[in-house]
Amino acid sequence: MEDLFGIPAPLLFGQLLLGLINGAFYAMLSLGLAVIFGLLNIVNMAHGALFMMGAFVAWLLLDKLGLGYWWALLLSPFIVGAFGVVLEKLFISRLYKLDHLYGLLLTFGLALVIEGVFRNEFGSSGLPYRIPPELAGSWDLDFMFLPIYRAWVVVFALVACLATWLVIEKTRLGAYLRAATENAPLVQAFGVNVPRMVTLTYGAGVALAALGGVLAAPIYSVNPQMGSNLIIVVFAVVVIGGMGSILGAVLTGFGLGIVEGMTKVFYPEASATVIFVIMVIVLLARPAGLFGRA
Amino acid sequence: MSDTAITAGSLPAPKAENAVAWGFSRAQFAALTAMIVFLAVAPFVLYPVFIMKLLCFALFALAFNLLIGYVGLLSFGHAAYFGMGGYIAGYSAKALGLSPELGILAGGVVAGLLGAVFGWVAIRRQGIYFAMITLALAQMVYFFCVQAPFTGGEDGIQAIPRGSFLGVVPLDRDMAMYWLVAGIFLGAFLLIHRIVHSPFGQVLKAIRENEPRTISLGYKTDQYKLVAFILSTALAGVAGATKSLVFGIATLTDVHWAMSGEVVLMTLVGGLGTTFGPVIGAAVIVTMQNYLAELGAWVTVIQGVIFVACVLAFRRGIIGELGNLLKVKL
Repeated sequence: MEDLFGIPAPLLFGQLLLGLINGAFYAMLSLGLAVIFGLLNIVNMAHGALFMMGAFVAWLLLDKLGLGYWWALLLSPFIVGAFGVVLEKLFISRLYKLDHLYGLLLTFGLALVIEGVFRNEFGSSGLPYRIPPELAGSWDLDFMFLPIYRAWVVVFALVACLATWLVIEKTRLGAYLRAATENAPLVQAFGVNVPRMVTLTYGAGVALAALGGVLAAPIYSVNPQMGSNLIIVVFAVVVIGGMGSILGAVLTGFGLGIVEGMTKVFYPEASATVIFVIMVIVLLARPAGLFGRA
Repeated sequence: MSDTAITAGSLPAPKAENAVAWGFSRAQFAALTAMIVFLAVAPFVLYPVFIMKLLCFALFALAFNLLIGYVGLLSFGHAAYFGMGGYIAGYSAKALGLSPELGILAGGVVAGLLGAVFGWVAIRRQGIYFAMITLALAQMVYFFCVQAPFTGGEDGIQAIPRGSFLGVVPLDRDMAMYWLVAGIFLGAFLLIHRIVHSPFGQVLKAIRENEPRTISLGYKTDQYKLVAFILSTALAGVAGATKSLVFGIATLTDVHWAMSGEVVLMTLVGGLGTTFGPVIGAAVIVTMQNYLAELGAWVTVIQGVIFVACVLAFRRGIIGELGNLLKVKL
């Protein structure tokens, strides 16, 4: 087996793959955050909790109803998205006239409630979720073994991000959305039901987080803390990328995942903090973020 | 701005600054007197260690309120300074054998230095970005504390000796420790009050109300924000340092993001931007945690519900509502 930069190739590519997978989750979550922020002007602190909920709904579908991974991939985003719609209608919609920080505080409270309820119900230890048989096993790529499921996660996340980008940039609905992000009252004056669009946007952003949760379920164990640990890193990713651009969020997410994976190879002690360090550097050099508008 | 601002700035402004003494209004002076009487009587009636815990968190919330209440900056990572203060005090008392007052001072200074660096980075962005950046930076501190050798990792620093105050008064007895903690709390309370009512504090409030206008008046607002951030983080460090000496333990709990959330909750419950709100808020939350401890994770749920209720229906907090009811500023 060959060495690259003095590192055994399987280790290097293995970490690269892990980085890509983490990057896929960063991308999907920061994409959802960016879309929600664009229209609602709210940092959705509950995003991590809803990601976790997506994974738990997948687990519950299997455990209680016997519905497997493919059903979960379809149903869980819908269920959690509908839950998001209810949250928006009941709570978040009351805050649009207030300082944005109240939205942050409210969704933080919601995150505590959701996480606490799941911890009471299922404990803090993880629940296993099996990789679907169609995606089990791995390919021998000569220089490494590629677990099929991990490749699937990366490809699927890429497709999901691309689809979101296409909807926002190339469809009429997306045009309304972008217009409302710029100037909501004007769009409403043209006869578009902006409040309903806001609600559905929140639901869609949340559904994207839940989709990430389902993808994550077979990789990480399904546990109540899986979201909160991830979301803080995602906040750093969002600060680095800037929330102005959809494609920027996706690129930053994947890029930082890879950087993190490579740090695990070359300087493992810093792997937990490298994204935060990059955030500091970006803030010093380009305060608006790599893709942000000042 | 009145109802949209993050602070309780919607309170009816006092008709004149009818200050009785040291910038306290009559109502505030009455409340201050009540608080001092409580501090003097409480240890004889209630369990001193509980009161000390309460005072440490009250000081933490006061420090946090200096930023959110008077500058309008929401730091979502204040646990970093609180926890770091605790580690530094614990390390200096246990490994270096420093006296408690030096340990607490060191905790405050190191937290303030950390705050200087982080504040310098974070004030480049405003509003929600500021909150996200401070949260991310605090998470970095958390991971640092998990790995760094001097913090003891998952075990934390345990069996921290309280030592003797100024090398003379041994603090092993809870009552002796109590008077030190009460003194630190009262001193910090008055210091914060003094800062807020100084010309410097007036500029901070101007930044909170309208930063572009303050800039146009010729104030370098970034410098004011940074100094306020350093003061707030140093005081949070003092609070953490004192707490670690009281309990003889410094752990990862105090640097965890959940602690950052708790101090936000305490201040919100008490009343953002009020003088006494953070103290009352800390008292309410700490008491609640004490009585509900056996409920386990439900405490998190209850805290979340309080968060939601406060934001939706109760934005002025206890003291803000009370002040509104009595038509005074507390």
